[in-house]
Amino acid sequence: MASNAFIAFQKNEETRCIVEAIVEDNPEAIVNEQPAMVKVDVPGRLVIKRATVEEKMGRDFDLQELQLHLITISGHLDETDDEFTLSWNS
Amino acid sequence: MDMKVAKKLGLKERYTLMTRDLAWDTTYQPMDKVFPQVTFEGIKIHDWDKWEDPFRLTMDAYWKYQAEKERKLYAILDAFNQNNGHLSVTDARYMNVLKLFLGSTPPLELMAARGFSMVGRQMVGAGPRVACQMQAVDEYRHFQTQIHSISNYNKFYNGMDEFAHQQSRMWYLSDGKSFFDDAITAGPFEFMVAIGFAFEYVLTNILFVPFISGAAYNGDMAAMTVGFSAQSDEARHMTLGLECIKFMLEQDPDNLPIVQRWIDKWTWRGTRKLASVGMMMDYMLPKRIMSFKEAWEIYFEQNGAALFTDLARYGITVPKCFSQTIEEKEHVTHQSWIGFYMKPDATPFHTWIPGKEELDWLSEKYPNTFDKYYRPVYEFLDQQEKTGNRFNNKTQPMNCQVCVSTIKFNEPGDPMSTCFRETRYKGEKFHFCSDHCKDIFEHEPEKYVQTYISSHQGLQGNCAPEGVDVNAPDFNPGDHIADYWKLDKRATGDFNGSEDQKNFAAWRDQATKN
Repeated sequence: MASNAFIAFQKNEETRCIVEAIVEDNPEAIVNEQPAMVKVDVPGRLVIKRATVEEKMGRDFDLQELQLHLITISGHLDETDDEFTLSWNS
Repeated sequence: MDMKVAKKLGLKERYTLMTRDLAWDTTYQPMDKVFPQVTFEGIKIHDWDKWEDPFRLTMDAYWKYQAEKERKLYAILDAFNQNNGHLSVTDARYMNVLKLFLGSTPPLELMAARGFSMVGRQMVGAGPRVACQMQAVDEYRHFQTQIHSISNYNKFYNGMDEFAHQQSRMWYLSDGKSFFDDAITAGPFEFMVAIGFAFEYVLTNILFVPFISGAAYNGDMAAMTVGFSAQSDEARHMTLGLECIKFMLEQDPDNLPIVQRWIDKWTWRGTRKLASVGMMMDYMLPKRIMSFKEAWEIYFEQNGAALFTDLARYGITVPKCFSQTIEEKEHVTHQSWIGFYMKPDATPFHTWIPGKEELDWLSEKYPNTFDKYYRPVYEFLDQQEKTGNRFNNKTQPMNCQVCVSTIKFNEPGDPMSTCFRETRYKGEKFHFCSDHCKDIFEHEPEKYVQTYISSHQGLQGNCAPEGVDVNAPDFNPGDHIADYWKLDKRATGDFNGSEDQKNFAAWRDQATKN
């Protein structure tokens, strides 16, 4: 069984759109809402695509803006202009 | 006009130009003299350019995002304070969480800032050097913002104002102090495993995620915003620690046994430090979102296993203590809270016996252990308290020479007996809480004989306020220690009947009517 990659955000208007984008791009995503925060787990590999977040927000989005809302991550990170990916090799 | 200005450079190119390209090899002095600390631990690095920088955060972007985080944070703090937010928390017992947090956490953030400044100076590659520099600034920010957010509570509640004095002196703060003292006096690579891996990956995930979510659940917007703002940096910090581990393992196979030993050592040290964080979750939050056991399963067992499975390709194995931590997750928070309850004169925060509903919650969350081992203890202590015989342990605690926890955890496999270990070194006897701490000592005895243990210092006459003659025939260290700690008596002992309890009730009453 693949280990879960995960990401958690503070709950706010921006992250509502980011989480919607993650759910759309990662069909196996499991969303876990907790007080003031939201955690999303995906087996093996979790990807956040800039284009999908922009579509949800209706504005340009720089993936480095994730820094403002991040709480924690799990997995090896790879960040480009278009995708923010967390993955486990196992 | 709807025209979009294209960015001139992509993220990777920008990062390369703005970070690595700004570094140079020294020529007036050889590089090994400029960076003297990177070899003595035995770690072999052949090519610093192979270091991966996953976040690719340039300094200009760093300042921009950090400034935005600070603006958001202080806007929330101001609003919370202007609206007497402290009266909106669930229950005045909650303030005691803040008191424990204030003594135990911001001082460690400051040590982390110092540590990363030092380590950043020693790293040969520009990638880790810049990442360490950013982390040092982050840690300083955490230290300051945590104190700022709690300073508002300090205007109203007792026991907060001497945390900086108490941090390096009081018995119950020694475990955290020793964790950082140990890390910062190690070499740069061990520091990265200690803090970047054990502290960030294991500890802060539990402290700043479920615990801070719990603070939000209890109505503390100040702690919530500070905690989450700090944790937004931690994602970067964990990544730095993980990169450092991968980098060492990829550079040379000889690094494996050294890294494995550090992972074993620091996972255990992190675990011991977490007992008090778990206690805050299980006992000190009036409303609880999850038990320490559940948090441990998510953030250590599952998340840690994901990491160790991943690192198995380099030959890394699960830390030696892994199975013991799984056994202990059902016990440590109860043992810790009982331990604190039994020392009512020795902490600047209050304790209490959990109420009936709280005991039921603990029974439900800890079905294997709570009713069998701990509920009867609380029922006994409660009955004693009600008959005017409140338990009060006035002796100095016995501490582990390595983790400096009070020796109170159980023997593995036997919850009814306390685990003690000892060893002799140069004719002197040293005591430990566990096999793991004993192993750590035996590997580096010259380091750990120097551990600061407040009980020993008190008994040696080193913890008396100025003007007290420690050589007087009737000198008793216990008579003066509270003054030496600058302990506010109003903040000690039982929550029930305390000034905080009365004030909170009176102020909340005023807040709801004329």
